[in-house]
Amino acid sequence: MGDPSGGAAPADWPLYEVFIRSRSGLEHKHVGSLHAADARMAVEHARDVYTRRQEGVSIWVVRSADIVASDPADAEALFEPARDKVYRHPTFYAIPDEVKNL
Amino acid sequence: MSAGAAAPARRERALSEALFRYVLRLADTSLVLGQRLGEWVGHGPALEEDLALANLALDLIGQARLLLTYAGEVEGEGRDEDALAFSRDAPEFLNLTLAEQPNGDFAHTIVRQWLIDCWQLEIYADLAASADERLAAIAAKALKETRYHHRFSSGWLARLGDGTAESRSRTQAALDSLWRFSAELFAADEVDERMAAAGIAAPLAPAAERWRIRAAADLQAATLALPAPQPYPWHGKRGVHTEHLGHLLGEMQHLQRAYPGVRW
Repeated sequence: MGDPSGGAAPADWPLYEVFIRSRSGLEHKHVGSLHAADARMAVEHARDVYTRRQEGVSIWVVRSADIVASDPADAEALFEPARDKVYRHPTFYAIPDEVKNL
Repeated sequence: MSAGAAAPARRERALSEALFRYVLRLADTSLVLGQRLGEWVGHGPALEEDLALANLALDLIGQARLLLTYAGEVEGEGRDEDALAFSRDAPEFLNLTLAEQPNGDFAHTIVRQWLIDCWQLEIYADLAASADERLAAIAAKALKETRYHHRFSSGWLARLGDGTAESRSRTQAALDSLWRFSAELFAADEVDERMAAAGIAAPLAPAAERWRIRAAADLQAATLALPAPQPYPWHGKRGVHTEHLGHLLGEMQHLQRAYPGVRW
Protein backbone atom coordinates (compact mmCIF):
# COMPACT_ATOMS: atom_id res chain seq x y z
CA MET A 1 0.00 0.00 0.00
CA GLY A 2 1.05 3.56 -0.48
CA ASP A 3 1.04 6.17 2.20
CA PRO A 4 -2.52 6.49 3.40
CA SER A 5 -3.07 9.55 5.50
CA GLY A 6 -5.77 8.03 7.65
CA GLY A 7 -8.82 8.92 5.62
CA ALA A 8 -8.88 12.67 6.24
CA ALA A 9 -8.84 14.88 3.16
CA PRO A 10 -5.55 16.66 2.62
CA ALA A 11 -5.57 19.91 4.53
CA ASP A 12 -5.25 22.03 1.40
CA TRP A 13 -8.34 20.59 -0.29
CA PRO A 14 -11.05 23.25 -0.12
CA LEU A 15 -14.58 22.50 1.04
CA TYR A 16 -17.40 22.41 -1.52
CA GLU A 17 -21.14 22.58 -0.89
CA VAL A 18 -23.14 20.08 -2.92
CA PHE A 19 -26.59 20.62 -4.43
CA ILE A 20 -28.53 17.80 -6.07
CA ARG A 21 -31.57 17.99 -8.33
CA SER A 22 -33.49 14.84 -7.57
CA ARG A 23 -35.41 14.88 -10.85
CA SER A 24 -36.12 17.13 -13.77
CA GLY A 25 -38.35 20.05 -12.89
CA LEU A 26 -37.39 20.14 -9.23
CA GLU A 27 -34.91 22.57 -7.77
CA HIS A 28 -31.39 21.71 -6.66
CA LYS A 29 -31.27 21.08 -2.93
CA HIS A 30 -28.35 21.37 -0.60
CA VAL A 31 -27.36 17.87 0.50
CA GLY A 32 -24.01 18.35 2.23
CA SER A 33 -20.41 19.18 1.64
CA LEU A 34 -17.14 17.49 0.76
CA HIS A 35 -13.48 18.16 0.15
CA ALA A 36 -11.93 18.18 -3.32
CA ALA A 37 -8.80 19.54 -4.92
CA ASP A 38 -10.66 21.23 -7.77
CA ALA A 39 -14.15 21.76 -9.19
CA ARG A 40 -14.05 18.74 -11.49
CA MET A 41 -13.05 16.48 -8.63
CA ALA A 42 -15.80 18.01 -6.51
CA VAL A 43 -18.46 17.03 -9.07
CA GLU A 44 -17.04 13.51 -9.27
CA HIS A 45 -16.89 13.17 -5.50
CA ALA A 46 -20.44 14.48 -5.23
CA ARG A 47 -21.53 11.87 -7.75
CA ASP A 48 -19.84 9.13 -5.73
CA VAL A 49 -20.88 10.34 -2.29
CA TYR A 50 -24.39 11.70 -2.87
CA THR A 51 -25.89 9.98 -5.94
CA ARG A 52 -24.95 6.36 -5.29
CA ARG A 53 -28.59 5.44 -4.78
CA GLN A 54 -29.97 7.30 -7.78
CA GLU A 55 -30.69 10.40 -5.72
CA GLY A 56 -30.15 12.81 -8.55
CA VAL A 57 -30.06 13.85 -12.18
CA SER A 58 -27.94 16.98 -11.80
CA ILE A 59 -25.18 18.18 -9.50
CA TRP A 60 -24.04 21.65 -8.55
CA VAL A 61 -20.97 22.26 -6.44
CA VAL A 62 -19.96 25.62 -5.02
CA ARG A 63 -16.86 26.40 -3.06
CA SER A 64 -18.01 26.99 0.49
CA ALA A 65 -15.72 30.01 0.68
CA ASP A 66 -17.63 31.60 -2.21
CA ILE A 67 -20.95 31.54 -0.40
CA VAL A 68 -21.90 34.87 1.14
CA ALA A 69 -23.95 34.19 4.25
CA SER A 70 -25.97 36.32 6.61
CA ASP A 71 -24.44 36.98 10.00
CA PRO A 72 -26.25 35.18 12.85
CA ALA A 73 -25.71 38.33 14.91
CA ASP A 74 -27.96 40.18 12.47
CA ALA A 75 -30.82 37.74 12.95
CA GLU A 76 -32.93 40.15 14.99
CA ALA A 77 -32.71 42.90 12.41
CA LEU A 78 -33.12 40.61 9.45
CA PHE A 79 -35.86 38.24 10.52
CA GLU A 80 -37.83 39.54 13.49
CA PRO A 81 -39.59 42.33 11.60
CA ALA A 82 -41.44 39.64 9.63
CA ARG A 83 -42.79 38.05 12.78
CA ASP A 84 -45.87 40.25 13.24
CA LYS A 85 -46.86 40.24 9.57
CA VAL A 86 -48.87 37.06 9.45
CA TYR A 87 -51.01 38.54 6.67
CA ARG A 88 -48.14 37.74 4.31
CA HIS A 89 -48.91 34.05 4.63
CA PRO A 90 -51.40 32.92 2.00
CA THR A 91 -53.50 31.22 4.64
CA PHE A 92 -56.56 33.46 4.49
CA TYR A 93 -57.99 31.89 1.38
CA ALA A 94 -60.15 28.81 1.02
CA ILE A 95 -58.41 26.53 -1.46
CA PRO A 96 -60.79 24.79 -3.86
CA ASP A 97 -60.55 21.00 -3.71
CA GLU A 98 -59.64 20.80 -7.41
CA VAL A 99 -56.42 22.69 -6.82
CA LYS A 100 -53.59 20.36 -5.98
CA ASN A 101 -49.96 20.87 -5.18
CA LEU A 102 -50.40 24.35 -3.81
CA MET B 1 -22.14 -39.47 -37.33
CA SER B 2 -21.03 -38.98 -40.91
CA ALA B 3 -17.86 -37.05 -41.73
CA GLY B 4 -20.00 -34.32 -43.33
CA ALA B 5 -21.92 -33.65 -40.10
CA ALA B 6 -18.91 -34.00 -37.79
CA ALA B 7 -16.96 -31.07 -39.25
CA PRO B 8 -19.57 -28.36 -38.54
CA ALA B 9 -20.11 -29.78 -35.04
CA ARG B 10 -16.39 -29.63 -34.42
CA ARG B 11 -16.23 -26.05 -35.68
CA GLU B 12 -19.10 -25.08 -33.45
CA ARG B 13 -17.46 -26.66 -30.43
CA ALA B 14 -14.19 -24.86 -31.19
CA LEU B 15 -16.04 -21.56 -31.51
CA SER B 16 -17.85 -22.14 -28.24
CA GLU B 17 -14.58 -22.94 -26.46
CA ALA B 18 -12.98 -19.80 -27.87
CA LEU B 19 -16.01 -17.74 -26.79
CA PHE B 20 -15.73 -19.20 -23.28
CA ARG B 21 -12.09 -18.15 -23.07
CA TYR B 22 -12.79 -14.75 -24.61
CA VAL B 23 -15.57 -13.95 -22.13
CA LEU B 24 -13.43 -15.20 -19.24
CA ARG B 25 -10.66 -12.79 -20.23
CA LEU B 26 -13.04 -9.85 -20.02
CA ALA B 27 -14.64 -11.15 -16.84
CA ASP B 28 -11.40 -11.93 -15.04
CA THR B 29 -9.85 -8.59 -15.92
CA SER B 30 -12.84 -6.80 -14.36
CA LEU B 31 -12.96 -9.14 -11.38
CA VAL B 32 -9.26 -8.95 -10.54
CA LEU B 33 -9.08 -5.18 -11.01
CA GLY B 34 -12.23 -4.79 -8.88
CA GLN B 35 -10.66 -6.91 -6.14
CA ARG B 36 -7.49 -4.79 -6.28
CA LEU B 37 -9.48 -1.58 -5.94
CA GLY B 38 -11.35 -3.10 -3.02
CA GLU B 39 -8.03 -3.30 -1.17
CA TRP B 40 -8.09 0.50 -0.97
CA VAL B 41 -11.26 0.55 1.12
CA GLY B 42 -10.36 2.08 4.46
CA HIS B 43 -6.96 3.18 3.14
CA GLY B 44 -7.84 5.86 0.56
CA PRO B 45 -5.99 9.17 0.66
CA ALA B 46 -9.30 10.86 1.52
CA LEU B 47 -12.74 9.62 2.52
CA GLU B 48 -14.08 10.82 -0.82
CA GLU B 49 -11.43 8.87 -2.76
CA ASP B 50 -12.12 5.81 -0.69
CA LEU B 51 -15.73 5.93 -1.86
CA ALA B 52 -14.75 6.71 -5.44
CA LEU B 53 -12.42 3.70 -5.66
CA ALA B 54 -15.04 1.46 -4.03
CA ASN B 55 -17.57 2.64 -6.61
CA LEU B 56 -15.23 1.71 -9.43
CA ALA B 57 -14.65 -1.66 -7.79
CA LEU B 58 -18.38 -2.34 -7.55
CA ASP B 59 -18.92 -1.42 -11.21
CA LEU B 60 -16.13 -3.79 -12.22
CA ILE B 61 -17.35 -6.63 -10.03
CA GLY B 62 -20.84 -6.09 -11.47
CA GLN B 63 -19.40 -6.47 -14.97
CA ALA B 64 -17.52 -9.57 -13.87
CA ARG B 65 -20.72 -11.14 -12.50
CA LEU B 66 -22.60 -10.68 -15.78
CA LEU B 67 -19.67 -11.94 -17.81
CA LEU B 68 -18.88 -14.92 -15.57
CA THR B 69 -22.52 -15.98 -15.59
CA TYR B 70 -22.49 -15.87 -19.38
CA ALA B 71 -19.15 -17.71 -19.54
CA GLY B 72 -20.60 -20.45 -17.37
CA GLU B 73 -23.58 -20.79 -19.72
CA VAL B 74 -21.33 -20.91 -22.78
CA GLU B 75 -19.21 -23.59 -21.13
CA GLY B 76 -22.31 -25.65 -20.30
CA GLU B 77 -20.74 -27.51 -17.38
CA GLY B 78 -23.07 -26.04 -14.78
CA ARG B 79 -20.56 -23.57 -13.32
CA ASP B 80 -22.13 -20.32 -12.12
CA GLU B 81 -20.46 -16.96 -11.43
CA ASP B 82 -19.41 -18.01 -7.93
CA ALA B 83 -17.94 -21.31 -9.06
CA LEU B 84 -15.91 -19.50 -11.70
CA ALA B 85 -14.81 -16.68 -9.40
CA PHE B 86 -13.98 -18.67 -6.29
CA SER B 87 -13.05 -22.18 -7.42
CA ARG B 88 -10.52 -21.62 -10.18
CA ASP B 89 -6.78 -21.50 -9.58
CA ALA B 90 -4.47 -18.82 -10.94
CA PRO B 91 -3.53 -20.61 -14.19
CA GLU B 92 -7.25 -20.81 -15.05
CA PHE B 93 -7.65 -17.04 -14.67
CA LEU B 94 -7.34 -15.27 -18.01
CA ASN B 95 -7.18 -11.63 -16.91
CA LEU B 96 -4.76 -9.15 -18.39
CA THR B 97 -1.49 -9.20 -16.48
CA LEU B 98 -1.85 -5.47 -15.87
CA ALA B 99 -5.03 -5.92 -13.81
CA GLU B 100 -3.35 -8.08 -11.16
CA GLN B 101 -0.43 -5.69 -10.52
CA PRO B 102 -0.33 -4.46 -6.90
CA ASN B 103 -1.89 -1.15 -5.91
CA GLY B 104 1.47 0.41 -5.08
CA ASP B 105 1.06 4.07 -4.27
CA PHE B 106 -1.95 6.08 -5.43
CA ALA B 107 -0.16 6.98 -8.68
CA HIS B 108 0.31 3.28 -9.53
CA THR B 109 -3.37 2.63 -8.87
CA ILE B 110 -4.41 5.55 -11.06
CA VAL B 111 -2.07 4.68 -13.94
CA ARG B 112 -3.17 1.03 -13.88
CA GLN B 113 -6.80 2.12 -13.81
CA TRP B 114 -6.34 4.62 -16.60
CA LEU B 115 -4.58 2.11 -18.89
CA ILE B 116 -7.37 -0.42 -18.42
CA ASP B 117 -10.12 2.22 -18.68
CA CYS B 118 -8.75 3.29 -22.06
CA TRP B 119 -8.64 -0.37 -23.12
CA GLN B 120 -12.17 -1.12 -21.92
CA LEU B 121 -13.51 1.99 -23.65
CA GLU B 122 -12.42 0.61 -27.02
CA ILE B 123 -13.23 -3.03 -26.35
CA TYR B 124 -16.70 -2.36 -24.96
CA ALA B 125 -17.51 0.18 -27.69
CA ASP B 126 -16.76 -2.48 -30.32
CA LEU B 127 -18.53 -5.22 -28.38
CA ALA B 128 -21.68 -3.12 -28.06
CA ALA B 129 -22.13 -3.86 -31.78
CA SER B 130 -21.32 -7.56 -31.41
CA ALA B 131 -23.24 -10.25 -33.28
CA ASP B 132 -23.50 -11.90 -29.85
CA GLU B 133 -26.52 -10.15 -28.35
CA ARG B 134 -25.71 -11.09 -24.79
CA LEU B 135 -22.20 -9.66 -25.02
CA ALA B 136 -23.53 -6.58 -26.82
CA ALA B 137 -25.96 -5.88 -23.97
CA ILE B 138 -23.32 -6.38 -21.27
CA ALA B 139 -20.87 -4.17 -23.17
CA ALA B 140 -23.43 -1.39 -23.66
CA LYS B 141 -24.04 -1.29 -19.90
CA ALA B 142 -20.35 -1.53 -19.04
CA LEU B 143 -19.43 1.18 -21.53
CA LYS B 144 -21.45 3.77 -19.58
CA GLU B 145 -19.62 2.82 -16.40
CA THR B 146 -16.28 2.83 -18.14
CA ARG B 147 -16.81 6.34 -19.50
CA TYR B 148 -17.07 7.50 -15.91
CA HIS B 149 -14.07 5.42 -14.85
CA HIS B 150 -11.97 7.02 -17.57
CA ARG B 151 -13.17 10.46 -16.58
CA PHE B 152 -12.06 9.71 -13.04
CA SER B 153 -8.68 8.18 -13.90
CA SER B 154 -7.70 10.64 -16.64
CA GLY B 155 -8.66 13.50 -14.31
CA TRP B 156 -6.34 12.15 -11.65
CA LEU B 157 -3.64 11.43 -14.21
CA ALA B 158 -3.63 15.10 -15.21
CA ARG B 159 -3.86 16.29 -11.61
CA LEU B 160 -0.92 14.14 -10.53
CA GLY B 161 1.17 14.51 -13.69
CA ASP B 162 0.70 18.25 -13.84
CA GLY B 163 0.78 18.62 -10.05
CA THR B 164 3.68 18.90 -7.64
CA ALA B 165 7.23 17.74 -8.36
CA GLU B 166 6.63 14.70 -6.17
CA SER B 167 3.27 13.72 -7.67
CA ARG B 168 4.73 14.16 -11.13
CA SER B 169 7.79 11.99 -10.51
CA ARG B 170 5.72 9.28 -8.81
CA THR B 171 3.21 9.21 -11.65
CA GLN B 172 5.88 9.08 -14.34
CA ALA B 173 7.56 6.28 -12.37
CA ALA B 174 4.25 4.37 -12.20
CA LEU B 175 3.73 4.88 -15.93
CA ASP B 176 7.25 3.72 -16.74
CA SER B 177 6.88 0.64 -14.57
CA LEU B 178 3.37 -0.39 -15.73
CA TRP B 179 3.79 0.44 -19.41
CA ARG B 180 5.46 -2.91 -20.08
CA PHE B 181 2.12 -4.62 -19.47
CA SER B 182 0.30 -2.49 -22.02
CA ALA B 183 1.48 -4.42 -25.08
CA GLU B 184 -0.69 -7.32 -23.96
CA LEU B 185 -3.87 -5.23 -24.18
CA PHE B 186 -4.14 -5.51 -27.94
CA ALA B 187 -1.93 -8.51 -28.72
CA ALA B 188 -4.32 -10.72 -30.68
CA ASP B 189 -4.05 -14.50 -30.49
CA GLU B 190 -6.12 -17.32 -31.98
CA VAL B 191 -9.02 -16.66 -29.60
CA ASP B 192 -9.26 -13.02 -30.65
CA GLU B 193 -8.96 -13.97 -34.30
CA ARG B 194 -11.70 -16.55 -34.01
CA MET B 195 -13.98 -14.02 -32.29
CA ALA B 196 -13.29 -11.45 -35.01
CA ALA B 197 -13.95 -14.00 -37.76
CA ALA B 198 -17.29 -14.87 -36.15
CA GLY B 199 -18.32 -11.21 -35.85
CA ILE B 200 -18.43 -11.51 -32.06
CA ALA B 201 -15.53 -9.14 -31.42
CA ALA B 202 -13.99 -6.53 -33.68
CA PRO B 203 -10.41 -6.95 -34.92
CA LEU B 204 -8.03 -5.54 -32.30
CA ALA B 205 -5.78 -3.47 -34.58
CA PRO B 206 -8.17 -0.52 -35.15
CA ALA B 207 -9.04 -0.47 -31.42
CA ALA B 208 -5.32 -0.43 -30.61
CA GLU B 209 -4.84 2.58 -32.85
CA ARG B 210 -7.71 4.46 -31.17
CA TRP B 211 -6.27 3.48 -27.79
CA ARG B 212 -2.87 4.89 -28.72
CA ILE B 213 -4.40 8.19 -29.82
CA ARG B 214 -6.44 8.55 -26.64
CA ALA B 215 -3.54 7.53 -24.41
CA ALA B 216 -1.21 10.02 -26.09
CA ALA B 217 -3.76 12.82 -25.70
CA ASP B 218 -4.36 12.02 -22.02
CA LEU B 219 -0.62 11.86 -21.35
CA GLN B 220 -0.10 15.16 -23.08
CA ALA B 221 -2.80 16.75 -20.93
CA ALA B 222 -1.03 15.30 -17.91
CA THR B 223 2.35 16.59 -19.19
CA LEU B 224 3.74 13.05 -18.83
CA ALA B 225 6.19 11.41 -21.20
CA LEU B 226 4.99 8.50 -23.33
CA PRO B 227 7.27 5.55 -22.50
CA ALA B 228 8.99 3.70 -25.32
CA PRO B 229 7.17 0.63 -26.68
CA GLN B 230 8.06 -2.50 -24.73
CA PRO B 231 8.40 -6.05 -26.00
CA TYR B 232 5.51 -8.37 -25.23
CA PRO B 233 6.43 -11.02 -22.68
CA TRP B 234 3.12 -11.07 -20.75
CA HIS B 235 0.54 -13.78 -21.10
CA GLY B 236 -2.08 -13.21 -18.41
CA LYS B 237 -4.85 -13.76 -20.92
CA ARG B 238 -3.37 -17.19 -21.63
CA GLY B 239 -3.26 -18.04 -17.92
CA VAL B 240 0.42 -17.29 -17.33
CA HIS B 241 0.56 -14.78 -14.49
CA THR B 242 2.94 -12.76 -12.37
CA GLU B 243 3.35 -13.93 -8.78
CA HIS B 244 0.86 -11.29 -7.62
CA LEU B 245 -2.29 -13.06 -8.82
CA GLY B 246 -1.88 -16.04 -6.50
CA HIS B 247 -1.79 -13.78 -3.44
CA LEU B 248 -4.82 -11.85 -4.63
CA LEU B 249 -6.80 -15.05 -5.18
CA GLY B 250 -5.66 -16.39 -1.81
CA GLU B 251 -7.45 -13.51 -0.15
CA MET B 252 -10.41 -13.33 -2.52
CA GLN B 253 -11.16 -17.05 -2.45
CA HIS B 254 -10.31 -17.74 1.18
CA LEU B 255 -13.87 -17.97 2.47
CA GLN B 256 -15.19 -20.20 -0.32
CA ARG B 257 -12.11 -22.41 -0.08
CA ALA B 258 -12.39 -22.77 3.69
CA TYR B 259 -16.18 -23.26 3.68
CA PRO B 260 -17.14 -24.48 0.20
CA GLY B 261 -20.62 -23.41 -0.83
CA VAL B 262 -21.10 -21.16 2.19
CA ARG B 263 -23.86 -18.55 1.79
CA TRP B 264 -24.93 -15.60 3.90
